[in-house]
Amino acid sequence: MLGLDKKDATLLIVVAVLTLCAPFILNPFPTDSAMAQFNAGYPDLMQRFIIFGIFAIGYNILFGLTGYLSFGHAAFLGVGSYSAVWIFKLFSYNVLPAIGLSVVVAAIFSLFIGFVSLRRSGIYFSILTLAFAQMSFALAYSVLSNPKFNLTNGETGLQVYADDPQWFHRDSLPDLPHLFGLSMRSTYTLDVGAWSFDFNAGYYLCAVIMMVVFYLAIRIFRSPFGMMLRAVKSNQQRMNYTGLNTRPYTLAAFVISGMYAGLAGGLMAAMDPLAGAERMQWTASGEVVLMTILGGTGTLIGPILGAGFIKYFENIFSKINDTVLHEWFALLPDGIEDFMVFIVHPFIGKGWHLTLGLLFMLVVIFLPGGLVEGGQRLSRLLKRRGTKAKPEDSEHRPEEKPHVAE
Amino acid sequence: MGILEVKNVNKNFGGLKALSEVNLSVRENTVHAIIGPNGAGKSTLLNCLVGKLIPDTGSVMFDGQSVLGRSPYEINQMGISRVFQTPEIFGDLTVMENMLIPIFARRDGAFRMHAFESVANEREIIEQAEHVLEDMNMADKRGMHAASMSRGDKRRLEIGMCLSQEPRLLLLDEPTAGMARADTNNTIDLLKQIKQDRDITIAIIEHDMHVVFSLADRITVLAQGTPLVEDDPQNIKGNPKVREAYLGESA
Ligand SMILES: Nc1ncnc2c1ncn2[C@@H]1O[C@H](COP(=O)(O)OP(=O)(O)O)[C@@H](O)[C@H]1O
Ligand SMILES: [Mg+2]
Repeated sequence: MLGLDKKDATLLIVVAVLTLCAPFILNPFPTDSAMAQFNAGYPDLMQRFIIFGIFAIGYNILFGLTGYLSFGHAAFLGVGSYSAVWIFKLFSYNVLPAIGLSVVVAAIFSLFIGFVSLRRSGIYFSILTLAFAQMSFALAYSVLSNPKFNLTNGETGLQVYADDPQWFHRDSLPDLPHLFGLSMRSTYTLDVGAWSFDFNAGYYLCAVIMMVVFYLAIRIFRSPFGMMLRAVKSNQQRMNYTGLNTRPYTLAAFVISGMYAGLAGGLMAAMDPLAGAERMQWTASGEVVLMTILGGTGTLIGPILGAGFIKYFENIFSKINDTVLHEWFALLPDGIEDFMVFIVHPFIGKGWHLTLGLLFMLVVIFLPGGLVEGGQRLSRLLKRRGTKAKPEDSEHRPEEKPHVAE
Repeated sequence: MGILEVKNVNKNFGGLKALSEVNLSVRENTVHAIIGPNGAGKSTLLNCLVGKLIPDTGSVMFDGQSVLGRSPYEINQMGISRVFQTPEIFGDLTVMENMLIPIFARRDGAFRMHAFESVANEREIIEQAEHVLEDMNMADKRGMHAASMSRGDKRRLEIGMCLSQEPRLLLLDEPTAGMARADTNNTIDLLKQIKQDRDITIAIIEHDMHVVFSLADRITVLAQGTPLVEDDPQNIKGNPKVREAYLGESA
């Protein structure tokens, strides 16, 4: 199907079904139940799952395949957002040209930054990308925001004002980002008994775009080009002495991943028409590294899982507070209840970073292949239980390395 | 005129004269061995041929064209493939993928953005790779992780990768160094087979005299960065200068 083999086609279909049904899957608890706070099926958060999924899929093409660890990819995301908002300000709220431009501008940016940074490898490459990203952040935060020349609107962030030209805007169109008149905020809410599900236009636009770029990523992984990128990671010396010039290969991977980041930034602005410099900060670049590693570096589905995992934590765990904890432990005797709340307290609310950090450490130490490896081990374990394979045989079987196919 | 002509090459490392006034001529379709004691400058000479090092003075011509100032990948594209002293392969990739990459490099050149083609659809290249794997007796290992193989198999794979490019000149730097006897013999047999089956020129650096005398058509003895003699194998064995510089040392 579409030039994919059976395994990849299955993966694509599974991801498609899951994303399209996400409004159901992410809202498993009745709206009024105590568990409702674990529901993640509201438009804002679902959009973020997808957008950061796109960001991580692209990042993985660089980091997962070539092994070049960039600490600057948030810069391309930020550039994408700014470009999109400028289109909104100057032309119209239609999201297509905005998203298109954000990809193009991010491509140009990453071509330049990649060209310079890729003169070095290893830690020096990482530091160069970090330096570029921090420079971009500083430019956006202050330098490019002064009364004479205001490109980024500094601290406040770039947004659309009533006196902006918006040359192609007509009064019949929504006064918010839209796709040929369909507002990105328009949401249809389906109530089924105690449950409620939101179907949001913006989410579905993001989802469709993610399916397309995920498909493209699979094609890249399976192409001779993708194989060359993995060869770069494995042995550059051998590549050079095999008649291959590694520089254009790494640069191409860098620009492709930069374009994915730009697309993510453009979509972010399309869902909420503003762009701030904090999007470019190094912590944002670090986050996509965590997502990729947590999900499974160099695997197809890993980055999407990692992005979903981290965004879920950020939004759900951060909302649990002591009142909620007291409710949970209400059945325990008072003293023990207070003690439990005291123990759990640092890991929730603002402390969600602590929980995430611990989880990240556990994954890196015990599951170097990330969540994907976890899934593989689990399914192997279940299979072994199911078929009752000879135990001595399975012990001597060498550990399989996670393959890029999964 | 040989296919490879090295003229008056000098190379210094700081104050150390690694190569001084080296001349070497390798004739087409022969096996030319370069021998000499440790530190004689053999690897340095090889590195000057493939663009890893640039000689201070002198010229290196391959098939009438200078290789100096070109990068390793350009020199490979001219038709020179190199096997390293410790096998350099793509350890994270499968044996089959290791074999495909050099064939792609030969067909598509140093860079091609074939991002939306599928490796699985490249029937012709896959067949070529399978063919070479069979020649190397490695057909059963095609799905294996290259890094998990024995040293002898890695060496075999590396030689296969170089041969799959159908190079005009194959350079080998001590291909049997650190190998068990059985692996060494396998490698010799493989090289003999290659010499018999193909129109290929081979320049080989080797320590093991057994290997040298069973393969070489011509031998150059290098000592302290200068060629001592260049002659046919039977004359080298009896040459007193060689005995003194080389065989004496190893005895
Ligand atoms: N990159 C280098 N920098 C400094 N000295 C080197 C370098 N490479 C080789 N040498 C020196 O040059 C001499 C020749 O080395 P080499 O060509 O490796 O010898 P061989 O391969 O014949 O054993 C040795 O004395 C070695 O220490
Ligand atoms: Mg040497």
